[in-house]
Amino acid sequence: MSAAAAEPESSPSSSSSEPRFTALPTGPHLLGLEGTGPEEITPFLDLAESYALLSRSRKTPRDVLQGRTLINLFFEDSTRTRTSFELAGKRLGADVVNMTVATSSVNKGETLLDTASTLNAMRCDLLVVRHREAGAPALLAQKVNASVVNAGDGMHEHPTQALLDALTIRRHLGRLDGLEIAICGDVAHSRVARSNLHLLRAMGSRIRLVGPPTLVPSAFGALEGVTLYDNMEDGVRDADVVMCLRVQRERMGGGLIPSAREYFSLFGLDRARLRLARPGALVMHPGPMNRGVEIASDVADSPQSVITEQVEMGVAVRMAVLDRLTRQREKAA
Amino acid sequence: MTGKSAKKPAPGPDTPILFTNVRLIDPASGRDGPGSLLVEHGRISAIDPSGSAVPANARHVDGQGAVLAPGLVDLRASLGEPGAEYRETLRSGSEAAVAGGITSIGVMPDTDPAIDTPALLTVIRQRGEEIGLASLYPHGALTRASRGEEMTEMGLLQKAGALAFTDGVHAIGNTKQMRNLLSYAHFLDALVMLHPQDIDLSRGACATSGLQATRLGLPQVTPAAEAMMVARDLRLAEMTGARVHLTNISTAEALDLIRDAKARGLRVSCDTAPPYFSLTEEAIGDYRTYAKLTPPLRLEKDRQAVRAALADGTIDAVTSDHSPADADDKRLPFAQARAGGTGLVTLLGVTLASGLPLLDALRLLTVNPARLLGLEAGTLSVGAKADLCLFDPQSEWTVHAGELPGLAQNTPFDGWTLKGRVLKTFREGREVYTAPATASGHSSST
Repeated sequence: MSAAAAEPESSPSSSSSEPRFTALPTGPHLLGLEGTGPEEITPFLDLAESYALLSRSRKTPRDVLQGRTLINLFFEDSTRTRTSFELAGKRLGADVVNMTVATSSVNKGETLLDTASTLNAMRCDLLVVRHREAGAPALLAQKVNASVVNAGDGMHEHPTQALLDALTIRRHLGRLDGLEIAICGDVAHSRVARSNLHLLRAMGSRIRLVGPPTLVPSAFGALEGVTLYDNMEDGVRDADVVMCLRVQRERMGGGLIPSAREYFSLFGLDRARLRLARPGALVMHPGPMNRGVEIASDVADSPQSVITEQVEMGVAVRMAVLDRLTRQREKAA
Repeated sequence: MTGKSAKKPAPGPDTPILFTNVRLIDPASGRDGPGSLLVEHGRISAIDPSGSAVPANARHVDGQGAVLAPGLVDLRASLGEPGAEYRETLRSGSEAAVAGGITSIGVMPDTDPAIDTPALLTVIRQRGEEIGLASLYPHGALTRASRGEEMTEMGLLQKAGALAFTDGVHAIGNTKQMRNLLSYAHFLDALVMLHPQDIDLSRGACATSGLQATRLGLPQVTPAAEAMMVARDLRLAEMTGARVHLTNISTAEALDLIRDAKARGLRVSCDTAPPYFSLTEEAIGDYRTYAKLTPPLRLEKDRQAVRAALADGTIDAVTSDHSPADADDKRLPFAQARAGGTGLVTLLGVTLASGLPLLDALRLLTVNPARLLGLEAGTLSVGAKADLCLFDPQSEWTVHAGELPGLAQNTPFDGWTLKGRVLKTFREGREVYTAPATASGHSSST
């Protein structure tokens, strides 16, 4: 990838046709990836990749976010995503504050808007939000002056996860178009699946959604370039990428699938199934994994697995997001 | 915006009124044409009266060609009071109603406390009289506290004036209890209004199944959840003989079931509300909570089916489905936001925009709902109460949430331009609403 083309200091010029990254009026936000296109994604990934290289050499430019405040506002616990954003902010020189808000309060909505006015008073520049309800970051974005980054909202979107997945894929396969990508498991409840679906479709790849009908929303079958599979073997055959999603424990109690062992038997990614995919196909997982449920341990640890690299790219992608949003916001100001 | 005309010394309530130069539309008789109408002692005393029949002291209202129709009858509106006066009150709701040409309101009883005792029902009725704008007809709760369990004192509530029984948007899941309720209602010949949706399928859902809800990651309910409950309730209606009225019908499948039941001679009726023939789930956009309704907005094919059912008579009435919410109810993540939209002020305009002939549209808003409730209202016949709505079918106004009459502003029609501006509303011969003279607020001239 052309890291040279994307020095952080000369970040790609923001094009005017960016519905999500520049969701004005209150400021540029990253709320989701639906509606984005290659003209926006490609230069963004170039920037992120350059940050990956700088991170490896421990030479990240601390002045990019110097004097800016980043608040991680998490209404749902997530150590890894929060840590990733925290590192990303710190590597660019931001002051980072973590706020975990109890979700047990009676009226979460009031908390949300009250929190928004509190954060405005604190003059925060970047607000990273995770919330259990779809659309909550979008609602906050209307009320705060900071740039809002959606770090996962309900079953809606998790854009930085899809961006880091895309960067990981591109580094290994050299492109994001014309690929066959199998997304396996609990698509219905997955914001990761939605963001990946939007991004990878927009880049010109074909998506297969694989799982039992209780976990795969049939409505997505109507989208061009998307095919549904209720058979794991067919779903992964000749795929370039096999992405496993975490199956939440609460889904396994018999409401949506009968048991973890039946799920593994029918849809677990094991060595035999992986052999049906293209040679050298990538194995991915947004983590945390349920070994022996959606993925076999030896597959997770195999040379085809890029799961730990996904985590590394996560920090780089988030650095790029924070950089981009800050530049756009300050340019608009 | 109370509609009290402060300009002139108010004519006494018994001052006769002569409406001239109006287009009289009376769906009950099918009359539609120019004419004049005389009101004396709160009642219509003559249509096209001869000059000698008009008392000398009569006030003359020159309609300048506007339509004079019966005051609209709204089968069901939630007015917030008691228990949610910050959303709407009997007074603010009445103000919104008369600004929309509505003179009779079936008031929903699923309040806090619910209207499940004769005493409370009587109080609400009397409050309506004190306010003196629209006639309030509180429905009785079907079950105590609208909890779907023990039946209310339907007989006593009926004696106190309940015209229908309903638990509002709460469907009753227990089939055996539903049968008992209908059986008991049948013996009283009481109308039972049901809001059908399968409880388990719709629990927690806030959007109709499909690509939009899936994209947005919203909990969804299949449109079949409505038809499934309609099928059950129709079967129970047949079993018990009860008069069942199904409200807020929004899907093609449910309408087909109701059409068949009517063809088989069942005493069943139904209504819908303007959003279901005017909007689709697209209105949700990116989490627009003002478009969060119960049932959720549907797909285009269902919207078309509702329109067709308005035209072919399967749907008996259009109601406001007025469901007030305040800003804090709606400024929430979509799934947490309160469902419901206001509908009193926009009822006439959105229904007229449905494409139905004027006479047919008005039938769904006047005589049909009046007959369902057994009300002496909704017609322009001589001797009837002079509940009247004078509106200009060509005059446009734009809906602006925040500037509407009434307290609640959560309209799903924000920004719509509607034809059919209400000029004056009369209840029993008394002018209870007068449109502001010039363009401002919710009303703008042509």
